[in-house]
Amino acid sequence: MHNLKKVESISAVNNFVIKFANVNGSGSASANQMFAKAMFRMGIPVSPKNIFPSNIQGLPTWFEVRVNEDGYLGSRGGVDIAVAMNPQSYSKDVEEISPGGFLLYDSTWKRNFNRDDITIIEIPFTQLCVESFKNPKQRALFKNIAYVGALSALLEIEYKVLETLISEQFEKKPSLIEPNLKALNLGRDYVLENLSFPIGITVSRSDKLENKILISGNEAAGLGAVYGGATFCSWYPITPSTSLAEGFEKYAKKYRVEKETGKNLFASVQAEDELAAIGMAIGANWNGARAFTATSGPGISLMSEFLGLAYFAEIPLVLFNVQRGGPSTGMPTRTQQSDVLACAYASHGDTKHVLIFPSDPKECFDFAAKAFDLADQLQTPVFVVSDLDMGMNDWVCDKFEWDDKYLFNKGKVLSKDDLDEMENYGRYLDVDNDGICYRTYPGTHPEKGAFFTRGTSHDEFANYTENGDINAATLTRLMKKFRTASELVPEPIIEINGKDSCGVIFYGSTSPAIHEAKDLLKEKEINVDLMQIRSFPFNLDVWEFIANHDRIYVVEQNRDSQMRTLIMAEGGISPEILRPLVHFTGDPIQASFIVSKISEREVNYKSHINAKKR
Amino acid sequence: MTFIKPLNHHPKLEKNNLGLTRRDYEGAVSSLCAGCGHDSISASIIESCFNLNIESYKVAKLSGIGCSSKAPAYFLNQSHGFNSVHGRMPSVATGANCANRDLLYLGVSGDGDSASIGIGQFIHAIRRQVNMVYIIENNGTYGLTKGQFSATNDLDSKNKYGDDNLFKPIDLATMAIQLGATYVARSFSGDREQLIPLIMGAMQHKGFALLDIISPCVTFNNHAASTKSYDYIREHNEAVGKTDFVPLGEEIKTSYDEGTSVEVNLHDGSKLSLEKTDKNFDPCDAGKSLNFMREKEKEGKVLTGLLYADSTAKDLIETLNMTETPLNQLDQDLICPGSKILDLINKDLS
Repeated sequence: MHNLKKVESISAVNNFVIKFANVNGSGSASANQMFAKAMFRMGIPVSPKNIFPSNIQGLPTWFEVRVNEDGYLGSRGGVDIAVAMNPQSYSKDVEEISPGGFLLYDSTWKRNFNRDDITIIEIPFTQLCVESFKNPKQRALFKNIAYVGALSALLEIEYKVLETLISEQFEKKPSLIEPNLKALNLGRDYVLENLSFPIGITVSRSDKLENKILISGNEAAGLGAVYGGATFCSWYPITPSTSLAEGFEKYAKKYRVEKETGKNLFASVQAEDELAAIGMAIGANWNGARAFTATSGPGISLMSEFLGLAYFAEIPLVLFNVQRGGPSTGMPTRTQQSDVLACAYASHGDTKHVLIFPSDPKECFDFAAKAFDLADQLQTPVFVVSDLDMGMNDWVCDKFEWDDKYLFNKGKVLSKDDLDEMENYGRYLDVDNDGICYRTYPGTHPEKGAFFTRGTSHDEFANYTENGDINAATLTRLMKKFRTASELVPEPIIEINGKDSCGVIFYGSTSPAIHEAKDLLKEKEINVDLMQIRSFPFNLDVWEFIANHDRIYVVEQNRDSQMRTLIMAEGGISPEILRPLVHFTGDPIQASFIVSKISEREVNYKSHINAKKR
Repeated sequence: MTFIKPLNHHPKLEKNNLGLTRRDYEGAVSSLCAGCGHDSISASIIESCFNLNIESYKVAKLSGIGCSSKAPAYFLNQSHGFNSVHGRMPSVATGANCANRDLLYLGVSGDGDSASIGIGQFIHAIRRQVNMVYIIENNGTYGLTKGQFSATNDLDSKNKYGDDNLFKPIDLATMAIQLGATYVARSFSGDREQLIPLIMGAMQHKGFALLDIISPCVTFNNHAASTKSYDYIREHNEAVGKTDFVPLGEEIKTSYDEGTSVEVNLHDGSKLSLEKTDKNFDPCDAGKSLNFMREKEKEGKVLTGLLYADSTAKDLIETLNMTETPLNQLDQDLICPGSKILDLINKDLS
């Protein structure tokens, strides 16, 4: 170990960023996840982020883990410890390390890194594994576990925790426990025998994670769909939404199989493309099953035609859009919030869609389940809009909850008995004056209730019409329904922090960075009021918050400030009040970025006001 | 032309086992051109449902876009209908079928809908073996946009304006056999005697049943240089034989010479009996059938009748190992795992 001279080595407990640099497809993912899970098991808030290429094997991939005792779990920036296992990316990986930080690398092949302001820790992982394992595959694979073992000694990770994680991971393949433990000890013993430890950065058991779980938003949403009563899923593989459909399948296979017969109480169909995926989900919903599809940006473009049909023919549908970097194929493995407008107004003609925005996996679960009620109640597509950061990375969140007394709300659906009592059924008659009409499922009644679902203009009895007044009346009623929707969708979460504060509007995965930024701004004596938007259409609370602020920063992860546009368009809000604060590199937004932008503009604002007063 | 159908039925109209008349299976008045082949197909569908004692409300009619896709409005008024988007009926039918396995799915499409914009969905519905009747009302032209060529139009055929068709046709029936459809027939809208038993057989078949029905477009593709005109088809039509539908429990009455007749078992126990015109043809052997079709094509014939049938294949519902109860009828307590399971899941995640 070379000790640095010029800069003091970083010293921290439970507060650092560690970045693993690996080769894609080398089996590093499970070792890295084990490291993150070990932090979680020690009760320390942790946020792992997988930064991966759109590639299967060979290209550089990174796994960045922020450990933060205070629970700030947005991306932080900077690297305190780099575990560099990929010579392809050495130069970038080493350059990123903060002065005073640490570099751990595979010193089987020694290097000179030209950094005298960091501590370089050399462990010959390849050599150790070659000496200890015969199987070439194991030799390569166990390097990963070995560096976790080394870190356990360097950072004082509880050994018992890692041991337990290994035995849990290989519960079904117990023969693999022993070699994994051997690899773990290989790295750990090397440190204990050859190096000075611990380093300045350490971890220590904490109690910050009571009632918390660690899960990705996609898996949470897939589980939420199971709880929300989805029986049909049709999907087409696309990063970063694939794991959502897979999450649904995983839990459905576990909890949705008839015990007596072994038959499935669900169906999941991998479609031939996104058009078919949404078409199937629409067909199933039309027939009264709760059905959904999951996709990402390009899929939204492809699904737009069908979305117009579902909107106009008033067919319930749940669509998960796990956003990625756009436009076009864009950055499939990077995160953005750039489909807001594409979703809100998807399809040609006058269309508007219900969107709900979860901000962590707990809300992914809750909103997934709720989306099926909303879709059935409103008889329209409901988008659950998340993104890659929250969808594919494991996030710490509150435990899931479920009320067993809660009954699904299937909306206005007429039974055979209902139809028997009716004189005159019209599919699109606005009987209750809320814009929502009564559906019938095919096969309900021998003589009554059948109608023709169509994307062509239709009258209240679902008959084709080219009468412009009738069509205009339908479009107007759909707006009435949209207003009804604003009373049913999740309300914003508002936090008022002082008089004359500026407002901050945000949504989705920006949440952790915002909450950290709020505290940092407070230290600079800038108070911000927060509004986390959780749905579109916007409800009254949203307009009230906006009315109560003369300047509001709309923080979002896209170039065009799309949520701001949506608010201005829908509420006639002056552009001067809503100030764009955008980040769109594809990396998750950071608190430091938000703080610098808001404080700079707030200082300008205050000097401007003071000048006016004088 | 009449626009309103009288509500009262003649008291002496023939009734089926359900006590229904053919009128009970009708739909709205057609807005297609007078003489359109599609209307004859609608009439044959009505006749088939009447003969099979089908309860209309247990049928779901689905279509895409085009003249053909308007047709479901003109039969089975008591059935729910779904006029979807262009070429996308197969996906809607697939989802609907998964949601409620108990209905009869009747898809009506055209050659533009299925051979061009929707060919991908058409192919994959067959590949998945969706349990449905898929009727293509094939007229070789885009009628609703006034007579452009469709992908099933023959190479030497001209359009109404005298333009040559530059591309070879896609033969959807051949393609369907190659893709593994388990019931494939071709027929002609003008030949009700052949068409009705074929529709009835398709309705009783389990799995994907394709009916490629040549249905002349009287307005845009019924001229002398067309190969999809009434005259051309009447002249070149060669049936593989005479098909009879034999209801469950009834005996086959006619006896044929050995080697000339084939029986096809249907899902409900009924049968199709085929009196073949050629010993080399075998509708139970996909390879032989395809060869025979190719030979007849070379001879310039349009081969019609039951081309291929396999009553043993699994449908999508079976492949997905789905429960007997339609998914849309499962109670909440069966599909929501509840709070106790969620506690276990939480434990696994912490």
